[in-house]
Amino acid sequence: MENFTPVPAFAGGLLIGLSAVIMLLFNGRITGISGIMDGIVINSKHGDRVWRICFLLGLVLGGFLFKLIMPDSFIPRDGFSLVLLITGGFIVGIGTRMGSGCTSGHGICGIARFSRRSILATVTFMLTGAITVYLIRHMTF
Amino acid sequence: MNRIIISSISGILFGVGLGVSEMINPNKVLAFLDVTGDWDPSLAFVMAGALLITTIIFRLILKRDRPIFDHHFKLPTKQELDPHLIGGAALFGIGWGMTGYCPGPAIAAIGMGLQEPVIMVLAIIAGFHAHKFIFDK
Repeated sequence: MENFTPVPAFAGGLLIGLSAVIMLLFNGRITGISGIMDGIVINSKHGDRVWRICFLLGLVLGGFLFKLIMPDSFIPRDGFSLVLLITGGFIVGIGTRMGSGCTSGHGICGIARFSRRSILATVTFMLTGAITVYLIRHMTF
Repeated sequence: MNRIIISSISGILFGVGLGVSEMINPNKVLAFLDVTGDWDPSLAFVMAGALLITTIIFRLILKRDRPIFDHHFKLPTKQELDPHLIGGAALFGIGWGMTGYCPGPAIAAIGMGLQEPVIMVLAIIAGFHAHKFIFDK
């Protein structure tokens, strides 16, 4: 466990919580990333796209600023299986739409509202995520 | 205009938070999910930090009649614990465990100038289209 970093993890979590609070207080919206994406690429309604695009651009800018402030925080992954990446990404796309949310919408905003759906969804994806990593890393087929 | 400024600020804070917490690092995410291996529980603290804020302050915010820059709150209304929810969440977890990316970090990581998250985001969007095609909603 030499990579255990609870303090920056907690600090980053506070920033994410603050982001969700600002969104709800001012705009009355849930900060669920897959839902925000969906409202741009699939279920887009007139006059409802610009704030979504700005949020996602902010997210990219946030990643850029993080890299600028802490350039040596971690070494980017290299040489990861493209097949695993594309298949996994595709499954994330289908799953988050079927399940109406991802880590942010269910895990942070939904649980905060004590939504039974979000609690069940979060337990489920944590579990299948852990099982998947177990199968890939520790099972030899 | 106000709403656009708010969502931009919210997005930036969220993105920096994903970076600082290292949710943006897929190796870190996979180490968090690797509970039977060399487990790194750090990312549980991301959720703890975020939930500490949202659980308390959402409650206060939702006592208001309306948000500051809109006429009403737009919250999810579904209540049923249906197979779609469980099946979808299960699939999402599988894809998350295969890649180490969920949607937010994949988008934020693009800002770090990496190629991998661009591919991930495109694959997620393809999955959205596949969902629409299959379920025709």
